[in-house]
Amino acid sequence: MSEARPRERSVSEEIRGNGQGEMRSYYGQPIIKEPTWEWQIPCYFFTGGLAGASSGLGLLADLGGNERLARTARLIALAGAMASPVLLILDLGMPSRFYNMLRVFKPTSPMSVGTWILSVFGTSSCIVAATDVLRIFPRLGQAAETVAALLGPALSTYTAVLVADTSVPVWHEARHELPFVFAASSAASAGAAATIFTPPEDAGPARRLLIGGSALEMAVSEAMKRRLGELAEPYEQEEASSYEKLANALTASGAALTAILGRKRHWAAVLGGALALGGAAAKRWAIFKAGFQSARDPKYTVQSQRERLESRPPDQRRTETFGGDGSTA
Amino acid sequence: MTDPQRQIIPGSGLTNTPDAYDIEGRDRAQTRPVIPLGQKGYEGEPKPRMGFFTDTTVCIGCKACEVACKEWNHVPSTLMELTGNSYDNTRDLGADAWRHVAFIEQRKPIEVAQEAGVTTPATEGDGDFRWLMASDVCKHCTNAPCLDVCPTGSLFRTEFGTVVVQEDICNGCGYCVPACPFGVLDQREGDGRVWKCTLCYDRQSDGLEPACAQACPTDSIQYGPLDELREKANGRLEMLHEAGVDDARLYGANEAGYGMGAFFLLLDDPEVYGLPPDPEVVSQKFKSLWGSAAVAAGALAVGIAAAFIGGSR
Repeated sequence: MSEARPRERSVSEEIRGNGQGEMRSYYGQPIIKEPTWEWQIPCYFFTGGLAGASSGLGLLADLGGNERLARTARLIALAGAMASPVLLILDLGMPSRFYNMLRVFKPTSPMSVGTWILSVFGTSSCIVAATDVLRIFPRLGQAAETVAALLGPALSTYTAVLVADTSVPVWHEARHELPFVFAASSAASAGAAATIFTPPEDAGPARRLLIGGSALEMAVSEAMKRRLGELAEPYEQEEASSYEKLANALTASGAALTAILGRKRHWAAVLGGALALGGAAAKRWAIFKAGFQSARDPKYTVQSQRERLESRPPDQRRTETFGGDGSTA
Repeated sequence: MTDPQRQIIPGSGLTNTPDAYDIEGRDRAQTRPVIPLGQKGYEGEPKPRMGFFTDTTVCIGCKACEVACKEWNHVPSTLMELTGNSYDNTRDLGADAWRHVAFIEQRKPIEVAQEAGVTTPATEGDGDFRWLMASDVCKHCTNAPCLDVCPTGSLFRTEFGTVVVQEDICNGCGYCVPACPFGVLDQREGDGRVWKCTLCYDRQSDGLEPACAQACPTDSIQYGPLDELREKANGRLEMLHEAGVDDARLYGANEAGYGMGAFFLLLDDPEVYGLPPDPEVVSQKFKSLWGSAAVAAGALAVGIAAAFIGGSR
């Protein structure tokens, strides 16, 4: 019978905060589940964003007659488009069933929409590269390049919708800003990759994209954190904080180096590009990790919901019904 | 008009007279699943939406629901760890726990009349201790985000208005896991796919009630047509309030918000039981989600074009 007696610790834990305005929870356990996604997913956010923005850079360079920049950007887009599905399939619980993604098109699922964007983008990028290297079907190549360039910005930004369309507090509440962070970060990475592999005399647009994208990436993510307010706390803690600091340091130094010396010194362009590329990757990791941290701690889920619940008139409360017929029209 | 679903549901708290299932003339639209986006509803002959009403005031924490669920649905056993959280060693809902009984120990004077049917735990001494027990389960929402985000169509809406994962389609992408505001779904280790409560779809199809409801010895778990359960729950709430149980409240007993097909009668704030107090309906943000992404994509295209101002150097 002595086993049945409650242990003092549990009781005191439970009464702590009871009615005192403090956050209450079930033994401090999370309410929502952390995502099951692993390292492949933030890597894909990076490769997909890089490929998407590179395709646009490639098309415009082509139209402007900058053949060296066009070819570099095209190959980067192809590399990103090839790496992305591999990463995504590796992350599946059952990789052998990846083709089930292709049995439906569901507009309500950002992942389904993204699957089709990536599929068409990847196919187009392959056609572009093949027709370019083999020097056959130039018209087909141009058409494919246009398709890829039009889908590119969608590929770079839909991943923000993907994470925002969840119950993870720092992702869902940042749904207005996240697509802009992803867009800016994609621009910075596409500019950076092209800066590394293009001679400085042809890399002007790539350098400007690197610098502009980097500046906007830092500005928009700062604005996002300000608007999140207390909910931005995960960005200042644990792993997310390290990635966030790393991202800002790499992005800022890469952009600065490229701006000052990138035009004249090839080594500076390569180094600046590499730094900015690392910064863009680290930014995705920071966002990814912050999401996990905010899912893990019930306070991020409970506090804002509790405030929202209490701000509703009693007859409009969605979850708690204290009296009457319980029908809240 | 004899629908097999309206026949006797053995062991449930609902009366077995045909009248209890007479739903003629009632507005069925209230509990028919609402299809907010796209086509994902059951398109066959309409049947009453079925659900659970879990009355936690009569839960005795026997965990028969957990066991019956595991037995019937072949849910793998999990290595038992002692958590130290009262009698709860299941921790939470997940791939291998489709029912989870929560145990909460509180210091609170008990002044409840026995007539209300509330279990007053045996206490020694001053009797200022109460033990809350509640069996949690998938809510089978009207606005189910897991169903919305599933990219393979593995998750679907059944003819009973419930939400079920098809294990032969699921490829373990895991998107439904963070989408659920209640933390119901999870990936099964060593399997990779996602699993959750099916509301015993196989049993329902044969006119039986789910295993957990049948095993529940106190009728804390009640199964039936959702509109009847909601009515019943309101009656029970009134009865408790009259008996002086002011803490009693219903959680998810209406169509507002997620429109839960499984709802609860609680004695404390939802978060105390590990339930979200006011979850936002994620899928209703569809327009603002894609809207900002479309603007951002446009801005990216303009930004790339702007980088060409000033030529190649």
